Amino acid sequence: MTICNPSRRSLFAGAMAALGLAFAPHHAAAEDPIKIGLIASLSGPSAKSGEAITRGIMLAISEINAAGGVLGRPLELLRRDDEANPGKGLTAARELIQREGVTVLFGGLQTPVSLAIVPYVNQVQVPFMGPWAAGTPITKNGADPNYVFRVSAVDEIVDIALVERAVAVHSSKLPGMVLINNPWGESNEKGLLAALDAKGMEHAGIEKVEKNDVDVVPQLTRLKEAGADALFMVANVGPSAQVMKSLERMGWDVPVVSHWGPAGGRFNELGGPRAETVEMIQTFTFSGNDSPKAAEKLAALKEMFPEIQSAADVTPAVGIANAYDAMHLTALAIENAGSTDGPAVREGFYAIESHEGLIKTYEKPFTPDQHDALGPDDYVFTRFIDGEIIPIQ
Amino acid sequence: MIVSTLITGLGLGAMYGLLALGFHVTYAVSKTVNFSQGSSMMVGAVLGYTFGVTLGWPMPLAVIAALLGCAVLGLVVERCLVRPFADRGSDLWLMATVAGGIVIDNVVLFTFGKEPRSLPSTLATEPVDVFGAGAFPLQLIIPVVGLAIAAALTLVQRRTKMGKAMLATVQRPDAARLMGINTRMVIAGAFALSTVFAGIAGLLIAPLFNVSSGMGVIFGIKAFATAILGGITSAWGCVIAGLLYGCVEALTTAYLGSSYTQIVSFSLVILVLVTLPNGLFGHGEIKKV
Repeated sequence: MTICNPSRRSLFAGAMAALGLAFAPHHAAAEDPIKIGLIASLSGPSAKSGEAITRGIMLAISEINAAGGVLGRPLELLRRDDEANPGKGLTAARELIQREGVTVLFGGLQTPVSLAIVPYVNQVQVPFMGPWAAGTPITKNGADPNYVFRVSAVDEIVDIALVERAVAVHSSKLPGMVLINNPWGESNEKGLLAALDAKGMEHAGIEKVEKNDVDVVPQLTRLKEAGADALFMVANVGPSAQVMKSLERMGWDVPVVSHWGPAGGRFNELGGPRAETVEMIQTFTFSGNDSPKAAEKLAALKEMFPEIQSAADVTPAVGIANAYDAMHLTALAIENAGSTDGPAVREGFYAIESHEGLIKTYEKPFTPDQHDALGPDDYVFTRFIDGEIIPIQ
Repeated sequence: MIVSTLITGLGLGAMYGLLALGFHVTYAVSKTVNFSQGSSMMVGAVLGYTFGVTLGWPMPLAVIAALLGCAVLGLVVERCLVRPFADRGSDLWLMATVAGGIVIDNVVLFTFGKEPRSLPSTLATEPVDVFGAGAFPLQLIIPVVGLAIAAALTLVQRRTKMGKAMLATVQRPDAARLMGINTRMVIAGAFALSTVFAGIAGLLIAPLFNVSSGMGVIFGIKAFATAILGGITSAWGCVIAGLLYGCVEALTTAYLGSSYTQIVSFSLVILVLVTLPNGLFGHGEIKKV
């Protein structure tokens, strides 16, 4: 048996070669993927929304990669579950940016989670794309430079639309508010008060609901006794369902005009018989949508995710559509930047001229003063009917 | 408004009371409590849903099977999370049961699923009129069940051999063993009973709320506050404090607004503990020297 007995010279040469490898400048290989991060609720009451965002991003990435990727490199999605917890969201953001080196971070299904992440991404200069959370201060965060962009609803615009609908359709003169007790509820409280003020209207009261409230009758009774003739509801699936069950128990037949929170889960199952009466704002639906692009993307989704059989299985469609368009716009921004450097990608968003998306054709969607790609003309009111979210007049 | 608010308060309060009874029953025999009571409540609801809805069993059978499952869970909690520490005279069962609750919640999250589900019940669909206020029949049944269980427990503790064995186990475990009482079995039985109470609470609240892995967390916390408020040594104290706590919550929300609910209700707990350290109905331990 022979034992290799290396000479001192060959040992030295080997050590130098190893050092050389260790300290050689790292050039991304042409096929190294560009990483895109996603932080969203992948468990809990809003899990369906997180799933919808994932599907939208994955559909867009599959199309982009099939067309040759971005800067000649494929895109890769890395997901983390924030469990609707701002602390966990921020921890996941640090991990995805520092350890994984994502080029753009998507996420924040809930406004509180987004608001926790926003100061961090502005500090480390990594673009953050919001495909869902609608809190006004997410994009209007006061930072300069601002790295936060959004393809989704914006509370202050949604609130104007909610007030317009309550007045125009339900002839409301004294609406009441049922708001979730968190920063999202606060954002809408400001928006609704401003929208009512602009119309010279008063309100019957502002009531808060907690995430785990079982019975909301005391809050609703206060609004009823104050003479509320319509309710604005801003809450996610769980508390929204409890509001509708409580209305059923009270036998109070009052119109409910809602932000889009109930769309994110099994609201029609959890909310009892009154759930289908809620009028929710959305930015997109597959049902009742006659655009060829919507039909084409629904077919592509069915092929990519065999569990999707019909439009009822792509609830909430807003999550898919917002994330799909946001991913394509992000790819354009990276392409415009010519690199994955954060400040360059941020400038790349401003350089997007036009893009034919699923929700609409975007013309100059982002400017230094406008980080929200969707505007007042991009909203539609809907209801749950037989498990599907259907547009209504 | 008052009738409607009281219905809300009594319904929720009975839930807190039932869970607090679970804290009482284990404390009464072993001076230990199961801090995963909220998770046990969730397990009751999840098993009820799985047997009754997913597997389509008749609901009475599903309820019995769910409660049996809860009893087994109680035995496991006592054997694995409490006894090893209590035998060494350590208080680490406290941390172990908290950790056990987190493990249970996460196991259910992966097995039952991430999304909350609705447990249908004919008792929670059509409201009935109670002095001009609407109420689901289930909301009226819950306080009755809570009070009936407290009455039965008190009767068992005071009038039966088993109750006396429970009392003997906590007062003088060694003497109780010499008298032929299987103290280990009494303690294990108490833990099984406590998780059954939690399971009943879970099955009762599920049609009014929803069924999900995280549903028991807030109930567990409030129930422990209730047990302390009423006096953990008193079965009646736990249930009455639960009803009181539920009513204070509902009345505060109705008359002061929801922003004040937690401030007022938890301030009440602190106030009572400052003035009555053993709770409203509890009694201090007499130590003979």
